[in-house]
Amino acid sequence: MITLSHYLILSLILFSIGIAGVLLRRNIIIVLMSLELMFNSINISLAAFSHFLQSMTGRIFVVFTITVAAAEVAVGLAILVAVYRQRKTVYIEELDEMKH
Amino acid sequence: MELIFFYIFAIVALASAIAVISIRNPVHSAIFLMVCFLQVAALFVLLRSPFLAAVQIFVYVGAVMVLFLFAVLILDLGRERFGEYLHHQSPIAIIVVVGLIFVIGLGLARGKLDAPLGKYTEAELVKNIEVTGELLYTKYVFPFEVISLLLLVAMVGAIVLVMKERK
Repeated sequence: MITLSHYLILSLILFSIGIAGVLLRRNIIIVLMSLELMFNSINISLAAFSHFLQSMTGRIFVVFTITVAAAEVAVGLAILVAVYRQRKTVYIEELDEMKH
Repeated sequence: MELIFFYIFAIVALASAIAVISIRNPVHSAIFLMVCFLQVAALFVLLRSPFLAAVQIFVYVGAVMVLFLFAVLILDLGRERFGEYLHHQSPIAIIVVVGLIFVIGLGLARGKLDAPLGKYTEAELVKNIEVTGELLYTKYVFPFEVISLLLLVAMVGAIVLVMKERK
């Protein structure tokens, strides 16, 4: 019998992997992929709560989350291509114009 | 039986997620990300929401992955230099991740679910797509419109950002 905790623990581990990717990797494309992993883990937990509480709200919310994630990827990759044209780099510690 | 499938999907999803953040070649990362998305779609089927599984495959595996692969190919990244693919901030990052797992895990262990159950039992969810569509166009019609506007804005924004300026 699968319980809610199974899904929540899976979601927690997937979210932590996503955060580890964001904090550890230098390549900005991998950072964006890790963001997608985090979106997915949240979707799992929303759908799991929705299933085990017998409600539809979480499932509807997942549809909205997926839409926002798609918009985020489109804009994020467009920014990435624009930045790459200017700076010729994808390593995030080299993209530190706004820090100084 | 269901539990066995859950473990298969979960383990493959976690393994491919780890592969995404640890492999050097961005194209391989993208492929492993696709594997992870497919496993999540399978988990949605286990959660009795086939509509979400279909949307997950269309949007993530179809659209998002193609965007990622396009970006990797346009940027012409190639293989990263050996041993230089990690930040120098790794120790702090690992402490942060372990702390996060500890805090959320504590919440999971202590937490108790006592919200009232809704009316959508498994028998009700046989017509999953019908139920979803009905809710989207009645109760959630305003968020639905807002989200479509957001998609339009994101599309226009993406086009404007990558457009080359005319002299």
